Amino acid sequence: MTALDTFREETRAWLQENCPESMRTPMPEREMPWGGRNAEYPNPDTKIWMDRMASRGWTAPEWPAEYGGGGLSKEENKVLQQELAAIKARPALTSFGLWMLGPALLEFASEEQKQKYIPEIIKGEIRWCQGYSEPGAGSDLAGLQTKCEDKGDHYLVNGQKVWTSYADKCDMIFCLVRTDTTVKHDGISFLLIDMDNEGVEARPIKLISGSSPFCETFLTDVKVPKENLVGELNKGWTIAKRLLEHERSMISGMGMGAGAASMGGMETVAKENFGTDGEKIADTGIRQAIAEHKMDQQAFGLTLKRASAEAKSGQGMGAASAMFKYYGTEVNKRRFELLLDVLGTQALGWEGEGFDSKELAVTRSWLRSKGNSIEGGTSEVQLNVIAKRVLGLPDA
Amino acid sequence: MALVLTEEQTMLRDMAKDFFTEQVPVTNLRKLRDEEDDLGYDKEVWQQIVELGFAGILIPEEHGGTGFGPMGLGIVMTEAGRTLAASPLYSTAVLGAGLIMAAGSEGQKNDLLPKIASGELLTALALEETNHHNPANVAMAAEKSGDGYKLSGEKKFVIDGHIADKLIVVARTSGAAGDTQGLSMFLVDADVKGVSVTRTHMVDSRNAAIVSLDGVEVSADDALGGIGAAYPELENVLDLGRACIAAEMLGGAEAVFDTTLEYLKERKQFGVIIGTFQALKHRAAEMFCEVEICRSVVLEALSALDERRNDVPAVTSLAKARVGEAARLITNEGVQMHGGIGMTDAVDMGLYLKRARVQAQMLGDSNFHRARYADLGGY
Repeated sequence: MTALDTFREETRAWLQENCPESMRTPMPEREMPWGGRNAEYPNPDTKIWMDRMASRGWTAPEWPAEYGGGGLSKEENKVLQQELAAIKARPALTSFGLWMLGPALLEFASEEQKQKYIPEIIKGEIRWCQGYSEPGAGSDLAGLQTKCEDKGDHYLVNGQKVWTSYADKCDMIFCLVRTDTTVKHDGISFLLIDMDNEGVEARPIKLISGSSPFCETFLTDVKVPKENLVGELNKGWTIAKRLLEHERSMISGMGMGAGAASMGGMETVAKENFGTDGEKIADTGIRQAIAEHKMDQQAFGLTLKRASAEAKSGQGMGAASAMFKYYGTEVNKRRFELLLDVLGTQALGWEGEGFDSKELAVTRSWLRSKGNSIEGGTSEVQLNVIAKRVLGLPDA
Repeated sequence: MALVLTEEQTMLRDMAKDFFTEQVPVTNLRKLRDEEDDLGYDKEVWQQIVELGFAGILIPEEHGGTGFGPMGLGIVMTEAGRTLAASPLYSTAVLGAGLIMAAGSEGQKNDLLPKIASGELLTALALEETNHHNPANVAMAAEKSGDGYKLSGEKKFVIDGHIADKLIVVARTSGAAGDTQGLSMFLVDADVKGVSVTRTHMVDSRNAAIVSLDGVEVSADDALGGIGAAYPELENVLDLGRACIAAEMLGGAEAVFDTTLEYLKERKQFGVIIGTFQALKHRAAEMFCEVEICRSVVLEALSALDERRNDVPAVTSLAKARVGEAARLITNEGVQMHGGIGMTDAVDMGLYLKRARVQAQMLGDSNFHRARYADLGGY
């Protein structure tokens, strides 16, 4: 038996013992394990599961054990993920700290900062949000204006952030701030700010889907300790770009939103709505459109697979990776447009009588999906990146 | 799962790329066209292709081939597609070799496969009877006549029909057009009584023909595969053909994309390089995405064929439809982005546009393959 087999056996036994039964069922949105100082746990098992996984560092399986991570190799982590999938375990912790900030801290932060922040992230003690965009700095992120002044023993921050995910529920924000107004990219720094500080205010933004996952965050004369600067002063753009890569790969890979899966798949829904001719969906236009869409999905999936196979074979991350965010989000948007075509009037409900919860979820997800090609770099920005970095087309 | 080429396959690709780029550039097709060449292909080029082992690339070594399998064949087709190389590769090395390997008797294999590998035998598949590909929609009758059969009817869009030594004719021994049962394949020498072949001059300057059979006598020994039971093997080899056309289309799309990108970087208007215009940048980036998608689906179809996977029909339909649509977009954009000069015969954009149109129709257009993909998906 290889060491990996032993690891698999031990992992399986531990999960069997420690993963509560209710954590092996589909997760409703209100039970998502975001963690944080003010976390509420409608299902107490959520907290138990989080703590048990965190105690082994398995909320961040490949992070170094010295900061509380699992210290697992890629192969071991793969085994762990397979075993988790086998029992249909819910994620123990969902967190922007894990997905975005943590990797950047591990790469750019000081030893003291790593020792302070990484364990908190792994244990789900602190919930982080991202302060990047501003009302005047969206696609042109480097045009951000939130001012950060050196006041000797502290920094003083003034400005406004927008599209801050769940800022009203978060404990800390990692922010891009302007520390030099005479230059653009080289005048940006990366700063960590406690949301409990005086002068920090988060106001939820109501979206077209009716939900409010994002906030406007106002920063007014906020005093920030100097040790909260990550990396060098005016070198924050490098960190920002790295973080955006994490964010983009996260968004492109998700295929987000409640789709037709809960209804048995788009084909089944189409058969119910349009009737069948033998096995076929009776409406040939819809049938062709579904086939076309499923081809796009399969082709995109194969492209993700090919890129990862190329990376593994030592050819490096191929050029194809530049298209993931663009293509993945566009396919996802088309999926919802098509699903609305298929559902007809049943996808047009907002709430209440006449629509079941799955139908209502599709409608809301359709609206939410419009943001996929805007957040984390719009489709147009992605095309610019491809044109410049991959195709070498000159700037105007 | 072979979405990355092996070392051996990479060497094959590089060899094919060098060969087609240097020995069979687009000027080769132009010469055949402008000189109204009777054959429509260059015999010397074909001889070189044979010597490189490409004619027998699918054929196992015991029958004189190089045994690279569908992936190897597809790799060569892509490189041939990049330069619009006109040769009997598709009719003979893909369909002829494929059908004989899949359905042939030991005797037929021993006799014919070495001749294909050595370049002395050219074949053509006589299948289509209507304006759209539909392999079961064969009405041509094969009537029982003594110990053999008598074939009568007309076939169209027979690729390389007028240069083939042997035709592989799909005919009906029972049932009616549309039935998958009752189809049989016969090997018919092109020069026997009752066979008349008329070359059709196609928009892509490549070879195709109308083949008329008028009471052509064939013996039971000329049947390729079981009488009345040809459909499953035919369909398998058509999938090989579909993947290979997709591979060839990919090569053409890559060439158009590369050329157009270069043009965007050198052409000046309004005092600037036109590649600085965002309207063109975004469209170039879209083309890049499409090329990447095409590479993935072509590799997937060829791997599925290599591994004889159950999803061969679905992934070849995926490749044929998806690459067909991408090639349509890319060749049209190639003409448009070249502007006025793109409309002239002096540049190659038009040649690629025309070829892509013909390829799109070969063995089923996107519409056909989306419907088939849906059928296979159970919807």
